[in-house]
Amino acid sequence: MNSKAQKADNLIQINNLEIEGFSDEQWHPIIKGVNLTLKRGQVMGLIGESGAGKSTLGLAAMGYTQPGCRITGGEILFEGTDLASLRDSEKQKFWGNRMTYVAQSAAASFNPAHRLIDQTTASAIRFKIKNESDAKKDAKELYEALNLPNPESIGDRYPHQVSGGQLQRVMTAMAMSPRPDLIVFDEPTTALDVTTQVEVLTAMKNIVKEFNTAAIYITHDLAVVAQMADVIKVLRYGNEIEEAETRKMLTAPKEEYTKSLWSVRSLEKKPVEAQKPILEIKNIDAAYGKFKVLHNVNISVPRGSTVAVVGESGSGKSTTARVITGLLPQLSGSIEFDGAVLPKRLEDRTKEQKRIIQMIYQMADTAMNPRQTVREIIGRPLEFYLDLKGKEKEDRILELLEMIELDGQFIDRLPSELSGGQKQRICIARALAADPEFIICDEVTSALDQIVQEGILKLLMRLQKELNLTYLFITHDISTVRAISDHVVVMNLGEVVEQGIKSDVFSPPHPDYTELLLSSVPEMDPDWLNNLNKKRD
Amino acid sequence: MHPVLKTVLGRLGLGLATLFIVSIIIFSAIEMLPGDFGQAILGQAATEETVAAFRRELGLDEPPYIRYLQWVGGAIQGDLGTSFSGRNASGTDRSREVIDLIAPRLWNTLFLASVTAIIAVPVSLFLGITSALYRNSVYDRTINTTTLTTISFPEFFVAYILILLLASLYPIFPSLANVDASTPLNERLYRSALPAFTLTLVIVAHMMRMTRAAIINLLASPYIQMARLSGASQTEVILKHALPNAWAPIATVIAFNLAYLVVGVVVVEVVFVYPGVGQLMVDAVTSRDIPVVQGCALIFAVTYILLNLIADIIGIITNPRLLHPK
Repeated sequence: MNSKAQKADNLIQINNLEIEGFSDEQWHPIIKGVNLTLKRGQVMGLIGESGAGKSTLGLAAMGYTQPGCRITGGEILFEGTDLASLRDSEKQKFWGNRMTYVAQSAAASFNPAHRLIDQTTASAIRFKIKNESDAKKDAKELYEALNLPNPESIGDRYPHQVSGGQLQRVMTAMAMSPRPDLIVFDEPTTALDVTTQVEVLTAMKNIVKEFNTAAIYITHDLAVVAQMADVIKVLRYGNEIEEAETRKMLTAPKEEYTKSLWSVRSLEKKPVEAQKPILEIKNIDAAYGKFKVLHNVNISVPRGSTVAVVGESGSGKSTTARVITGLLPQLSGSIEFDGAVLPKRLEDRTKEQKRIIQMIYQMADTAMNPRQTVREIIGRPLEFYLDLKGKEKEDRILELLEMIELDGQFIDRLPSELSGGQKQRICIARALAADPEFIICDEVTSALDQIVQEGILKLLMRLQKELNLTYLFITHDISTVRAISDHVVVMNLGEVVEQGIKSDVFSPPHPDYTELLLSSVPEMDPDWLNNLNKKRD
Repeated sequence: MHPVLKTVLGRLGLGLATLFIVSIIIFSAIEMLPGDFGQAILGQAATEETVAAFRRELGLDEPPYIRYLQWVGGAIQGDLGTSFSGRNASGTDRSREVIDLIAPRLWNTLFLASVTAIIAVPVSLFLGITSALYRNSVYDRTINTTTLTTISFPEFFVAYILILLLASLYPIFPSLANVDASTPLNERLYRSALPAFTLTLVIVAHMMRMTRAAIINLLASPYIQMARLSGASQTEVILKHALPNAWAPIATVIAFNLAYLVVGVVVVEVVFVYPGVGQLMVDAVTSRDIPVVQGCALIFAVTYILLNLIADIIGIITNPRLLHPK
């Protein structure tokens, strides 16, 4: 094959692309000279941690840069046309026509004011690829192919009237409607529950294959990309680390960084000896207004252990935490701490009862006052619960910083001057400052990158050992549960489906829901999704 | 019942409740005004008995809550009481019904407000949408600076400048806008031109900037990026994707400005000698003609509540979450 023929084979060829973003009053490089070649019908996975530039690169393949970004070098050849040199009005002829986009949050990416079918077919009609009635007929067929319920009528609904998983599939139909040559999927399943993710992944995989569409699949989840991609490209800080065919990449990554990404999920915890329960939740019912969310929940937490509460959104796991802390008084049932019943309402609890139970939140960003320094953030519980003042307080803050592996120079920083992982560490220090016995960790790692997650989880495990802490660990991530828990509670629709020692819960036989949940967690095996769907059929 | 209807009825109820509270506030505020009508009319020389007799005749000796109930009861039936003025110490009574005093003035005010609104609202929307469309261009900056300039000058200043330009130097329009019930429509329009123009200059900036801001605010949403990436042109993005979601804030600011046209234009009325409600109320305050003051205040309150209610309802029916519930 000569080089010219080879070139025609390439749908997209990006050469030495450089993109800068504007922040803090100056331009910073985001993409630092990356090359990318995508053939017709090929699916490429772009992976990396946040800040790797994977979304920027994925959008750049369409010639699109987000507001506040600019292309400073290189070319983006789409069938030989350099998109980087075109004006927006010229690129509009490609967008929604030859190339389409599937965004991370379908709920935010559909216009709330228009019906789904009109949004699905807008591009195909705009570019006169189909007339209106053909486009609508085709959209309904796509809905059906994507396994959407009521494909005939679901398009007449508005975005807020269908669920997140369904919206994500409608968006895939919308991307497919003009029969593009390229679809860019930007973290399309990140916001979904695992059981929903399986359905959406299957639908996307099949439809891309059916129409032989080339795709760029952006994600931070290796197991997901393993199901979707023919080739995988790993990015870090705007540079390419390596690229290889999927199976080869999974079995034999070349670079150290890639290996470290692969190995994150290997955390192990030694089981702790069974001790007497520190916290017992008995027959709890709770509701928001008239809407009942917890039904007769019983959970027992042994002292010094980690109890993981797993479930999908709407399972009632965070509500359970709110009931334990007294933020949401239960309708019936009781909570016993060390054998003594805790008052239902936070207002009725003593300072001591408040001190022994502390909480760490998912979004460290919003859980801290952005105007307070680390000293004030950690200092407040020291003053409030333990009456520490002056030098005593200062010494204790430094000691706490040391415990969370940050040094004294952080004491005068504001939250905005910390990285995501550091913020979460400060939140841990704040919880520890009260000298608690029991800490509720509500999705504390789900907003963090894998490598940062590992650091936080290790820290929590070390602190548990040193301080004999008990954790109630709320998460939807099964691999985190495997890594750190002693006991597991599986919740669904406000009820406890199953609970027990980790090894028992994770080994069969399972109740139906646990089975569904566990089998839906993607594995690194590229054949996992196919095998799973064969088994489920 | 459809949730939109339910919400609208709820708002209507709240509007009535607000009106009730406002009526109490109006009544109490006027109670607290210093001075006494009887004393003012009869003069310093009047004996205490004369003043007391005069007050009795007007019903001012009744306890406040009785007078409040009488007033509100009357107002509900369209009777705002009888004006205090026209009476005098000699006992002749040439006083008129408040409603008869207010009605022609209110009609004038509403006429001026409508003329202004018919010009100002479409102009503001057009300028707001186009300046959002050509954001940060020379056009956008010129529009922004010009409207900001006109809103920054006091109304009377704008009014006198317009009189100087369009009535004095180039006598196109009359500088006096004295209309009455017998003025024919075209004459009325001609005479109201300058006050309407002045008011337009005053309110366009606010509405135009809010329209622009509401649209630009939405341009950062993921669904706008999505619309761009599906090939929509800039015009389509703004008109089809941003504007339908921006009606609620735009309606609010339009309602606010329309309300201002009814209740806050006394300065412009004075400059152009336009016989509107604003002047009537100011005159009534000076002469301590309490029923007229109360009547005007109540009408202003109704205007505010009604216009905001309409804005609220527009906000509700343009919100697909409310219009098409799950």
